[in-house]
Amino acid sequence: MQLKRELMVIGGGPAGLAAAVAARRAGVRDILLIEREDCLGGILNQCIHNGFGREIFKESLTGPEYAQIFIEQVQLSDIECWTGTLVTELTAGKRIIAANSRGLHRICAQAVILSMGCRERTRAAVDIPGTRPAGIYTAGVAQNFINLRNLMPGKRFIILGSGDIGLIMARRLTLEGAEVLGVLEKLPYPGGLPRNITQCLEDFNIPLYLKHTVTDIHGKHRVSGVSIAKVGPRGGILPGTTRKLACDTLLLSVGLIPENELSKAAGIKLDRLTGGPLVDETGQTNIPGIYACGNVLHVYDIVDQLTKEAEAVGRAAACYIKAGQSQLPLLRVQAGSGIKYVVPQQISAPGKRLLSFRVDTPGQNKYIVIKSGRKIIKRQIKQRVNPPELIQLEVNLPELSPGNIIKVELK
Amino acid sequence: MDYDVIIVGGGVVGCAIARELSRYRLNLLLLDKEHDVARGASGRNSGVVHSGVQVPPGSLKAKLNIAGSKQFPKLCRELGVPWRRVGKLIVAQHKSELAKLTQMLGTGKKSGIADLKLLDKPQLKQLEPHINGIAALYSQGEAIFSPYMLNIALAENAKQNGVHIKLNTRVVGIKRLENKFKLATDNGSYTSRYVVNSAGVWADKLAQMAGITGYRIYPCRGEYRVLDKACAKMINSMVYPVPVAGYGGLGIHLTPTIDGNILIGPSAEYVKGREDYRTTGPVLNKLYREALQLLPAIDRRDFIAAYAGIRSKLCRPGSSRFTDFMICEEPKLKGFINLVGIESPGLSAAPAIAKHVGKLIAKGLKLAPNPDFNPRRKVETRLDNLSGELVCRCEQVTRREVLAAINNPLGASSLSAIKYRCRAGMGRCQGGYCLPRIVDMLRETSNEEITFHGPGSHMFIGATKELLKCS
Repeated sequence: MQLKRELMVIGGGPAGLAAAVAARRAGVRDILLIEREDCLGGILNQCIHNGFGREIFKESLTGPEYAQIFIEQVQLSDIECWTGTLVTELTAGKRIIAANSRGLHRICAQAVILSMGCRERTRAAVDIPGTRPAGIYTAGVAQNFINLRNLMPGKRFIILGSGDIGLIMARRLTLEGAEVLGVLEKLPYPGGLPRNITQCLEDFNIPLYLKHTVTDIHGKHRVSGVSIAKVGPRGGILPGTTRKLACDTLLLSVGLIPENELSKAAGIKLDRLTGGPLVDETGQTNIPGIYACGNVLHVYDIVDQLTKEAEAVGRAAACYIKAGQSQLPLLRVQAGSGIKYVVPQQISAPGKRLLSFRVDTPGQNKYIVIKSGRKIIKRQIKQRVNPPELIQLEVNLPELSPGNIIKVELK
Repeated sequence: MDYDVIIVGGGVVGCAIARELSRYRLNLLLLDKEHDVARGASGRNSGVVHSGVQVPPGSLKAKLNIAGSKQFPKLCRELGVPWRRVGKLIVAQHKSELAKLTQMLGTGKKSGIADLKLLDKPQLKQLEPHINGIAALYSQGEAIFSPYMLNIALAENAKQNGVHIKLNTRVVGIKRLENKFKLATDNGSYTSRYVVNSAGVWADKLAQMAGITGYRIYPCRGEYRVLDKACAKMINSMVYPVPVAGYGGLGIHLTPTIDGNILIGPSAEYVKGREDYRTTGPVLNKLYREALQLLPAIDRRDFIAAYAGIRSKLCRPGSSRFTDFMICEEPKLKGFINLVGIESPGLSAAPAIAKHVGKLIAKGLKLAPNPDFNPRRKVETRLDNLSGELVCRCEQVTRREVLAAINNPLGASSLSAIKYRCRAGMGRCQGGYCLPRIVDMLRETSNEEITFHGPGSHMFIGATKELLKCS
């Protein structure tokens, strides 16, 4: 038996919740939101620290509090939600197969919003040699055990990677009575937001070792220690700088990967730079009627931004359902020198368009230059640029000449 | 209890012997020092049924390899272990290697391997469009399977047929009594008429406990990398380089796994520690470089795991001399059967080794058929299970399958034991998604400490909030 819906939203984290509510408000009646966990809210449920909602609600909420606002909106809008359900297949024809305790379900929809979020990179992604004992956790998994399951993974921690989750976990572990020997970052600058460096490390006297990495893991059954070393300017280990630190747990906070296995199988084109789908300004992928929002698109650093953009994607999907069609992309948007990535990667219609991008290294007094072909359409000076901080700029594109390339550069 | 035969070592060879002997009315005991079977080389290899083309004709290795590999289809069917013929290519990259291919073709034919042929470049490209090479020797009959799955299946079927299996039991001393042996362990002592030493990398040490000196095993480590299932379509067959004399292994090769990954490896490096399963930076880099030579399409981002195994070599470091399997009942110690130096192709040979050992035991014990012997292991087929709550997303493992793995017949309880049985945690996220769920399931079923791979490898130190109260 095949079920039919106007709109399917895959993933009930902050992006999926916001997109579903926005689509409902824009007039879509028949929405199905699918979530693999038993409750809605996604990763926010384990983020029990505060700092969420400052932009939208002008107050500092915890992750569960922030999520609850949108969960209630979903419930009030009477949106059908299937929790404990994992989508195992998506096709270009907007058909899915979903599995839950009631069995396998085949559902097709007029439009689909992808909001599957991201997953953590693992030890293999950073190639740490050594033994394979117990006591190696990714930061998010450790956060899950500590905050949701009341299980403490260890006593003495080394954290590799200074992304936001690693920083938040350094503070959480300290608060829970564990010792954090240090946070290691192979780059010369931290990977997380400046406010987290202050609030999570400096306020707790946790050392941050820049230009350091873990080169070996020791211990047969449980981690007994790690070797750390300095990293040279080209990313190699500096000889003679290796030393051994005794610890019982290694926490990895070495990056996030947008979760696009379903997208790939459906034939959705991905951007190598973001790891997410190539989208236009409405969040539409290369398959008309399939949209993407949230961390599945690119990894955000602030949930408020993600919410606002997911809402816009929800509205765009509603328009598509009403019109039965959408515009095709006309222009490409590219990351030029000094820029890590830009989203959206395509523009379909003229007007004011918001570009989100990250620089690839920190800098001061830099010009952001946006060009359309050879013509500079925007130029803005930034006192400080920092890769962990997403930059958003609006450009006005009153008319689009097909084939033209919009390029963002750092000068 | 007085046993007829005690088998020491729950690797694939020990478990194949246990299962083979369970065809007869014998009191059998299998001991392993680890918390599960397949913890040594049997669970840490390429998972290939070799045809025998890479071993010298006439050797015991060749004889048992060829005989063993012929038993695989039936054995795997009986035990419900997936198995698939994919063929093997030994690929020449340079003209200088062509002669070796022809020579190997000759050797293979001499050993009686019929389905061998030489491929030229266009033929190779047709079969493997992504592989670099100028010619190849193609051995069509070679197959892949999951080595630890076979090992586990043999143990489970042996247990089903009456074999006693004691895990977490390390032999610490062997005493010869009048017409039997007494084995002292850290978990009780046991007597038996026959002892089969299938202790793998520890086989020489175990023989020493019985007073047999003269064997020496040289541990030789092989490291592997595992590629994401997304790369599965890059190769169809196993792809080997032309072997280099003295390398100590078959060369770093690419092996598709039965589950859809690709393995890169193994390296070959003599090490001191017999269980030094470390991976090392230089070797991991070398694996990547050498794999790129064969398959340039590999992307670093597709590595999902790395691991190592240890070969039990009789050949000392630096020597390129061929050493054969040593399988015999010790002439000076009747009833003590040693299996020493069972390295590759030990896995392919395992079913034949088991029959061979059965014949050695038949000389001293009367083997009456066990009327209750059932060669079939009870297994649930995966497809029936796919509807249901998925606990592991990457490998699509259902709650029911994880529960079956938790309640496994051998009673092995650890996250690794679960992983090896149902694959939950073996995918690209390496347990990021399923680990908390499996931990919940374990906590629902028992109060035992949750370990990664048995005693000493605890996952948690206690409850978060209790800890705060104490400190």
